[in-house]
Amino acid sequence: MIAGQVVQKNAMPFFENKKENLSEFLLSLYVFAGLNYPRFYKMDDLCKLGWLASEILLLGNLQPGKFLPEETGLVLANANSSLDTDLKYWDTVKEEPSPSLFVYTLPNVLQGEICIRNNFKGESAFFVFEEFNSSFMEKYVTSLLDNNRLSVCIMGWVELVRERYKAVLFKVEKEKGENPIPFTIENINKLFQSANE
Amino acid sequence: MPDVFVISDCIVSPLGLTTAENFDQLLENNSGIKEYEDSSLSEDPFFASLFGKETGPLNDKGESKYTHFEALLIQAIRTVIENSGIDPRDNKTMLIISSTKGNIGLLGSGSVTPELQQRVALHTSAQLVADHFHFVHPPVVVSNACISGSLALIVGKRMIDAGHCETAVIAGADILSKFILSGFQALQAISREPCKPFDMSRNGITLGEGAAAVVLSGKNKNADDCKVLGAAVGNDANHISGPSRTGEELAYAIGEALKEAGKTSTNVGFISAHGTATVFNDEMEAKAFALAGLSASPLNSLKGYFGHTLGAAGLIESIISIRSLKQGLVIPTKGFQRSDFSAPLTICDTLLKGNFQYCLKTASGFGGCNAAILFGRS
Repeated sequence: MIAGQVVQKNAMPFFENKKENLSEFLLSLYVFAGLNYPRFYKMDDLCKLGWLASEILLLGNLQPGKFLPEETGLVLANANSSLDTDLKYWDTVKEEPSPSLFVYTLPNVLQGEICIRNNFKGESAFFVFEEFNSSFMEKYVTSLLDNNRLSVCIMGWVELVRERYKAVLFKVEKEKGENPIPFTIENINKLFQSANE
Repeated sequence: MPDVFVISDCIVSPLGLTTAENFDQLLENNSGIKEYEDSSLSEDPFFASLFGKETGPLNDKGESKYTHFEALLIQAIRTVIENSGIDPRDNKTMLIISSTKGNIGLLGSGSVTPELQQRVALHTSAQLVADHFHFVHPPVVVSNACISGSLALIVGKRMIDAGHCETAVIAGADILSKFILSGFQALQAISREPCKPFDMSRNGITLGEGAAAVVLSGKNKNADDCKVLGAAVGNDANHISGPSRTGEELAYAIGEALKEAGKTSTNVGFISAHGTATVFNDEMEAKAFALAGLSASPLNSLKGYFGHTLGAAGLIESIISIRSLKQGLVIPTKGFQRSDFSAPLTICDTLLKGNFQYCLKTASGFGGCNAAILFGRS
């Protein structure tokens, strides 16, 4: 989870950088995590945030070849859609509308970026809720796993508008791995609340 | 798996306020697409399918507290609730809303206050609409680019399949704004004339405004209610604004939808394609249909009548397809004359009468997403 310039992985501190603004924070996290992905620089802030969260989530976790591309997918949500980039795009419309910004004015493009990075070709869906709706998300992700549409699903909340952000991602699998946490609404809520604002 | 029926539907578009009105206009080869000169939307003239400024029945009943976008959703939902007789207050009924940009047109020249930020949010619109009808549970909003309408329908089906609800009202809408039009113009994706899906000289999309709603239920209401038999969603994992080069990911989604329905490609009576009329989308779909073994199934795109209605497209076009199944009439692809695809296709260019049991609806969108749904007659 990434919020308030603090990054946690599996409830353990991973990275912190209280000094910088959002862009610099995201870049410092990218550098800290030792990532090398030039596409990162083209992404808008929402995608950078979500993509970084997914990279940290998956660091050393998703064994290559363990899952087929069609078995891996994403179910994400937020409250403000792509508003952060929408506003930046809208600013360009006064002078010269920017096509490279416009392509990021849809929240599911964030999923597109994560899919491209990881070759995830399975089910994806993006929802908008006022608040993280763990009840619905749990039901929907469970139905995807139970019906064998996915074997592993990245589920969570990626929210960013004008320097206020929170990203919380969960890796949900059919198979129990090491130290599994049961996928229940109660557990999801507990973990979600523990991320700072 | 229990059956999921479409027990009511409604299209609200520049062609009419009900599914029947819209379908009749299509049968008469009428399109909502016109040329407009409106400097509030674009410096240059453009083609689009737009509602008139006076939108009659949407403006009475004291609906001024709703934006045009919300009023469209309310109109469509009201019709399907009345026709189906369902009770939105029922605890086992859910509301799913689909839109790409909702009220983004509210962004004006001033700065964005926290109040405007709240007002423009899709969840705000969805909750206003839900409260209007007294739906009990928070509405689910699907915002997944151009597959939103199809995906919303799929989500509703899956919720009923899993027993989380008995009835789902799915509604979608998108309206035109300078925000949206300028963006597609900047991408040089807008056609210079009314769009020509699958045609060899196609050169881009024509945008359209529209709204639609369906009611899904585990129980049928009318003897001829169609079923949602199978569905699948996937991602190209290739490019965020251009489709796959091979079409194999859409073909995979089609295959999965057919598998869930227990059917094969030979069962597909006709295909309602996404057919946006961009060079790349239609090429990708052509490859996908061939890969999926659907070269012989007549296909159409309805974008020549409605334009590309974004978050409403998957719903509007599914509803027309369902009516086509019931009436045995497949609508031709307006704007299409000739194609030159390497993969063989059967593109419907005249009204096709027949006895069709199943039809496939496909959709694709930015972010590399694809969706496929198989509908069938009871």
